[in-house]
Amino acid sequence: MTTTKPHTEVPTPRGPERRPAPLTMRQRMGRWDVKFSPYLYIAPFWIVFAIVGLFPIFYTAVISFQEWDLVRNTGTMVGFDNFAFVLQDREFWLSLRNTFSIFLLSSVPQLVAATFIAAMLDKNIRAKTFWRMGVLLPYVVAPVAVALIFSNMFGDRYGLINSFLNDIGLSSIMWHVDVIPSHVAIATMVNFRWTGYNALILLAAMQAIPRDLYEAAAIDGAGTMRRFFSVTLPQIRPTMIFVIITSTIGGLQIFDEPRMFDTNGQGGSNHQWETIALYLYNKGWVDFDFGRAAAVAWILFLIIIAIGLLNLFITRRFIAGDAGASTKKSKKVTK
Amino acid sequence: MSFSRRKTTLGFAAGAATLALALAGCGNSSDPEGSSSAAPGETGSNDEPITLTLATFNQFGYSSESEGGGDYMYDLIAEYEELNPNVDVVYNVADTSNTARENFFTKLGPGGLADVEAIEVDWLPEAMQYSDLLADLTSPDVDGRWLQWKTDAATDKDGRLIGYGTDIGPEAICYNVDAIEAAGMDASREAMTAAIDGDWDNFFALGKQYSDATGKGFYEENAAVLQAMIGQLEAPYEDPATDEIIALTNPEVKEIYDTLTAASDAGISAGLQQWGDDWAAGMANGDFAAMPCPSWMLGVIAGNAPEGNWDIADAFPNGGGNWGGSYLTVPANGENVEAATALAAWLTAPEQQAKAFANVGAFPSQPEASESEAVQAATNEFFNDAPIGQIFTTRAAAVTVAPYKGPHYFQVNDAMVNALRRVDEGTMSAADSWAQFEADVQAIG
Repeated sequence: MTTTKPHTEVPTPRGPERRPAPLTMRQRMGRWDVKFSPYLYIAPFWIVFAIVGLFPIFYTAVISFQEWDLVRNTGTMVGFDNFAFVLQDREFWLSLRNTFSIFLLSSVPQLVAATFIAAMLDKNIRAKTFWRMGVLLPYVVAPVAVALIFSNMFGDRYGLINSFLNDIGLSSIMWHVDVIPSHVAIATMVNFRWTGYNALILLAAMQAIPRDLYEAAAIDGAGTMRRFFSVTLPQIRPTMIFVIITSTIGGLQIFDEPRMFDTNGQGGSNHQWETIALYLYNKGWVDFDFGRAAAVAWILFLIIIAIGLLNLFITRRFIAGDAGASTKKSKKVTK
Repeated sequence: MSFSRRKTTLGFAAGAATLALALAGCGNSSDPEGSSSAAPGETGSNDEPITLTLATFNQFGYSSESEGGGDYMYDLIAEYEELNPNVDVVYNVADTSNTARENFFTKLGPGGLADVEAIEVDWLPEAMQYSDLLADLTSPDVDGRWLQWKTDAATDKDGRLIGYGTDIGPEAICYNVDAIEAAGMDASREAMTAAIDGDWDNFFALGKQYSDATGKGFYEENAAVLQAMIGQLEAPYEDPATDEIIALTNPEVKEIYDTLTAASDAGISAGLQQWGDDWAAGMANGDFAAMPCPSWMLGVIAGNAPEGNWDIADAFPNGGGNWGGSYLTVPANGENVEAATALAAWLTAPEQQAKAFANVGAFPSQPEASESEAVQAATNEFFNDAPIGQIFTTRAAAVTVAPYKGPHYFQVNDAMVNALRRVDEGTMSAADSWAQFEADVQAIG
């Protein structure tokens, strides 16, 4: 701040003491422009986010401490009772188990397949656009429609897969009774939907790799596999991290597929495939216990944050290549 | 319903007048002789124009246009608008009862529901907790219109009637003729009626005979039979006075559980979950021979097993049973409560309900409607021309008990259904599954 500016100096009527001259309107506006306009430009997002994001999050917190009556919009404070109930509920832990199991069964094969497909699409193939759009098609199909198609395959008695197994002399797999088969079935639906989507994102990253890296590697005598592992994979790391984080968040919120997996939509007679999101829905919309549902929502929120932080830690520590390491160093230096 | 009633109401406010029209109007419209009087229409036209919204789900048989474009004989909405030129009815149909339920409870408090909202008997107990938010529809005009148990279920502790009954689901037993014959049993309607008529022990003995002969399940799954057995108890899961959950201490509930799990062990239950793909396929493939069959199930069977040879026995174990049915309610904070009540009263009048039966087979909850010529003469081609009108009238008359359903009824029942399914599937033994049921019930509330 400049304190003395002879030209704009105006004598103050009171006393001899000199005050810094007040700025002209124009100067003030100019200063505000620099100071505030960035905030103004991002304001629309934050205003909308505050209404549809932050407010519901905090309102959910308020409800989670009450025994809430949805219809009358009133509640009585019960402290941490809802949280205590949820954390002691066998159903909650089963659904947590199911969520992680389905998440692992879907995310891991999905990423491997997506990377492979992307690598293939990155090759010089005919009708590129056709193949690239083709892998995105399952993503366009509504999850509910996917569930309908797959329920035809995963029928216990008359499903396509079991008919085939019976034909070749194997016994049926009880998709809707046994825990792991039900998770495999649901993970298959999730993979069907998301593999192509992730493949396209990874493909975009692969396209951005400078071709001379491959040429140099080839001249050095690296074969296809070596080029893939030593050039492609390190180069797409940042995108890979993005894909891992988004599929983690998505994986922990799996809802449509387990809900559509049988006609009851409550996750099986023994909660075989009830996920956290489905548990939340059941607490809210089936039992009409929105206090407990809100508590589940917050617990799920905290779990996702915890796993997000864990992801960040792991990626910084182990995966982030030289780029991540150098920013870390430079940060330390600036401190 | 006397016409003098109408005259006295003519002088009153719009809503009361339309109610009267409704009553008179229905008299005209379904009168087989076709005698008509234009009087009610006239009074309506004097009123200022209003728009009424009506919301139902699935198929109530009111208007083909909004209910998926099926082949209906009557359009009740158009008929009402014709009788009441000042009334414009906007009719919205939700795809499932579940969608309607979520919508109903989300908007019941803050407002925004239709003037007339349909509710299903499945969530009636939940709605009864908020009976003060629904208009009291008690009126001398509709006294005695419905079967007593139908009205009782929608009357709260203060004696307020919150819903006008539309249809009911009196249960008979439907059976697969070919399957029964394959077991060497007489599959004629008379023989099966006689064989099923009796108590539950008799029914399970019949099932055992069938299963022993064929090696297949007799009925679809335990949960379907549970519905029928629980439906014959006065107070299965909750104490009517206190709403305290008594499911775990009620010896009748345990007895039903033991009977059903024993049937499962004996192979009498086919273990096909209702509404699942395997269930539908099993119906066509003859995986089970018989099923508790409310009137609305006929279309489901005909749709799933179009090639099948099915029939209906005019009998139900241990008397009667009801499964399903709906009501029309009027949210109290609506703008046109009186006119809405009139519409609900008209739609649920015996004459209209007989037409809804003709449209979609929704069996009327009004004795006068079920006794009408249209219902009594009804037969069903798919079920070997069974006189379904007469059969279900008898089955409705056999229903004597409507179980008490308090606020936790469906949660407890869900836990029970899951317990039985665990045994059907073989995930747990009967004893373990009961222990799990106990834990589940204790977590409720």
